[in-house]
Amino acid sequence: MSRIAPGGASQDEQSDASGRTVAVADAAGLPERFENPGLPEHRPRLADIDRKAARRAELSVAVMFLLSMVGTVVTIVGYFAFRLDEPTSGELAWSNRTIGLGLFLTIFFIGMGAVQWAKTLMPDHEQIEERHSVESTPETKSAAAGILREGVDDSGIRRRPLILGSLAGALALAPLPALVLLKDLGPNPGNKLRETLWGPGVRAIVDPTKTPLRPEEIQLGQIVHILPEQLGIEPDEGRTEGLEYLNEKAKAAAIVIRLEEGEVPAAARAGAYGGLVAYSKVCTHMGCSVALYEQVTHHLLCPCHQSTFDVLDNCRVIFGPAARALPQLPVGVDDEGYLVATEGFAEPVGPSFWERGDT
Amino acid sequence: MTVTTAVTRSADPPRTRVERLADFADSRFGAATAVKAGARKIFPDHWSFMLGEVALYSFVILILSGVFLTFWYVPSASLVEYEGPYEPLQGLVVSESYESTVNLSWDVRGGLFMRQVHHWAALIFVAATVVHMMRVFFTGAFRKPREMNWVIGVLLALLAIVEGFAGYSLPDDLLSGTGLRIASAIILAIPIVGSYLSFFVFGGEFPGEDFIPRLYTVHVLLVPGIMLALIAVHLFLVVLHKHTQYPGPGRTNQNVVGYPLLPVYVAKAGGFFFIVFGVVALMAATMQINPIWAYGPYDPSPITAGSQPDWYMGFLDGAVRTIPGWEVVLFGEWTLSLNILIPALVLPGLMTVVLVAYPWLEQWVTGDDREHHLLDRPRNVPTRTGLGVMALTFYALLWANGGNDIIAHFLNLSINDLTWFTRIALFVLPPLAFLVTKRICLGLQRRDREKVLHGRETGEVYRLATGEVLERHEPLSPEERWLLVQHDGYLPLEPGPATDANGVRRRGARLDGLRHRLSSFYFGDAVPPVTPHELAQAEAHHHALDGHGAAAGNGHPAVTRGGPPDDADGVLARDPSPAGVGSAPGHSGAAQSGEVREGGSTRA
Repeated sequence: MSRIAPGGASQDEQSDASGRTVAVADAAGLPERFENPGLPEHRPRLADIDRKAARRAELSVAVMFLLSMVGTVVTIVGYFAFRLDEPTSGELAWSNRTIGLGLFLTIFFIGMGAVQWAKTLMPDHEQIEERHSVESTPETKSAAAGILREGVDDSGIRRRPLILGSLAGALALAPLPALVLLKDLGPNPGNKLRETLWGPGVRAIVDPTKTPLRPEEIQLGQIVHILPEQLGIEPDEGRTEGLEYLNEKAKAAAIVIRLEEGEVPAAARAGAYGGLVAYSKVCTHMGCSVALYEQVTHHLLCPCHQSTFDVLDNCRVIFGPAARALPQLPVGVDDEGYLVATEGFAEPVGPSFWERGDT
Repeated sequence: MTVTTAVTRSADPPRTRVERLADFADSRFGAATAVKAGARKIFPDHWSFMLGEVALYSFVILILSGVFLTFWYVPSASLVEYEGPYEPLQGLVVSESYESTVNLSWDVRGGLFMRQVHHWAALIFVAATVVHMMRVFFTGAFRKPREMNWVIGVLLALLAIVEGFAGYSLPDDLLSGTGLRIASAIILAIPIVGSYLSFFVFGGEFPGEDFIPRLYTVHVLLVPGIMLALIAVHLFLVVLHKHTQYPGPGRTNQNVVGYPLLPVYVAKAGGFFFIVFGVVALMAATMQINPIWAYGPYDPSPITAGSQPDWYMGFLDGAVRTIPGWEVVLFGEWTLSLNILIPALVLPGLMTVVLVAYPWLEQWVTGDDREHHLLDRPRNVPTRTGLGVMALTFYALLWANGGNDIIAHFLNLSINDLTWFTRIALFVLPPLAFLVTKRICLGLQRRDREKVLHGRETGEVYRLATGEVLERHEPLSPEERWLLVQHDGYLPLEPGPATDANGVRRRGARLDGLRHRLSSFYFGDAVPPVTPHELAQAEAHHHALDGHGAAAGNGHPAVTRGGPPDDADGVLARDPSPAGVGSAPGHSGAAQSGEVREGGSTRA
């Protein structure tokens, strides 16, 4: 099939296994291609001709294997020398170093010794082995085809389309139970992706100190990470409270920022309390925490993929792969003067999903 | 009572212990046949063949160190209070998997070492796999009959990435948890079934308590099991096909030249396993990796700036960072997150398809369906080499953009500018890399031609009695020359006739046209290898110049002009017949007039 340029006749037909090209002469008596000159003459190594060099090589191999033995001793000594009961980081590091360097010696010098042995002392005459195509001969091929044909004929599958059809149907349906059995890996999403613990009157607590927060504690330009008050317990108490702590935290994490009252964007005013505006901290792109706040520019940055949100523009995306603004959390104060949510989020927080829609 | 007579033993019972053992193995497994067939099998030698070995050995190291880790690691997301020796964590509520990983590092002697061996070996495994793939690609080792082994290799590379990601997610530390959060968002973004899939995978909402134990099964059983099977097939095919070899004197498409398995490769390859293991051990002993106690346990709220995944996830991370915020809401009801789907699913999917399909694509374009056991020198296949470098450039740009925050920080650049640079460079630099690489390859091929035709520069410059300055060129030995002339030169495929005998438009003519254009793209500017005829011609005019040399009394034969036959090759590319060389004006004209332009220097 392939076209080969003049003087480029296929090598397949031209060379024999010994590596010498069989010349194909052109009109001028010159071959169309150069001849393969065949294996170059073997050049002996120093150790092949000099007994002293061979002895040195032998010694060097033995020294390497000896070093490996030294490594084994170092490893075992290191293991027992550092006991790691209440270790300091220094003790841990030394334990790691002695065990590790010991094992390095043990393993590495077995390899180096073996390779040194092979390179200096084992025969280095290049040998030639012939290749054979893995393709079978035409006879074998037709014999194989015959066997297959016979087998198919014996099964009678061609004469009994009913069997073939019903078998195909059975095999096509058989994987369904496997899929169905996997269904209980998890519940259906239901409304879980749309709901958080925030709701009217839910107090904000500071993350991670878990103390309630008064608006006057937040200074101008300050950002405070907040959680709904239900998460004011230890994570492992979640189960007794009927609460999947980390799952809820992953959705409900929010931030509250104090702006100059005049800076609060018009669209955010209804949910703001004075200069206080609160937003979901879960990136609308892939759900990382949008935790980096640049006071001067009022930009929020997600460290995962650099989506940037402008707080002065109701957390609209101004750079990066995120497509949607961070949802606002409407805030106010309760009777005791603590910061609360006046409502939950108006839309699902976090990354998009198919049935999310325009909500 | 019947008496059973002793069964006759084989005529010559084995005597020594070794012989008895050998006989045991042979009579039960037919060991002698296997030894006869395989023990002296020839393997060719080249440093680049060790890349695949590094990958294989890292995999073995991963299994060994991984088994050690499973003895202490607890795959559970249940929350417990940390009470171990690392003070900053004391009293913190963490998952059992995190606690057990910290304990494994701090309380178990050699535990930290094994964790670091495991992690370093994983990084090396993926790296060696990728570099091995590059070797196979650029030398054309994927060509018939090895296409399926290439496909298996691509699958192994993909699985290696999945396995690596699963592995570094298991400790449930802050960094890996953030990675899982991103993985969950990718699943969520899948059209129609995304939210359901995500709930099935995580057993409910992210992060849940089901995922870690499930991931553990995937990491220690499912994926490594598949990989082990694929590696077995991969190696079986290497033995079946026999290893490829680089071209050289004595090496042909029908033979393998090298050293026997026993004893040379048993020692060399076996020894190399220990060397690789030793180097990994050295790294684990001296270079800290993934100190999860310093990162803290996973908590969805905090995050660290400048967080980076393991290197092999970098290109995906970079792709996700590059894409603009594209999201479509269809009919106000259905959300299509192109900003996730394109970089995280479509792109790696396409990359896989292209990699898998490439051997057949090249076969179709070049029309070359012969078996190839001799490797290509990358310069001799300029288009393939160019395409490879183009793909690598694309990959490297994505990978670098995965660390754009780090780059921006250290180089004091704007991260937005960097991202915009990547967005544009992704479309500009790869084609540029293709062109540059292809030109370099063609240049190298011309230099090879030059070297064959005019010999090697010796640096010995002579001034003739006539005032002429010449550099002596040493002709190549047949062995040296062979490497530079052994490859096939190709011409583009001719398109078939557009119409059949009746003047009706032939079926498949359009496809043929495309194939012809692609074939021209591949071989249009090919540089053919020197033929004996061309060399004879070149030598003929060396001898003409020799007259000068003899007159000057320097006694050196084959003094030639060092100037390049650039124009000649320009002709060659269009007309690769030997006559084309002789009639090349820039070359023979200058030579005949004895004019020396640049004091024997060579322009590449």
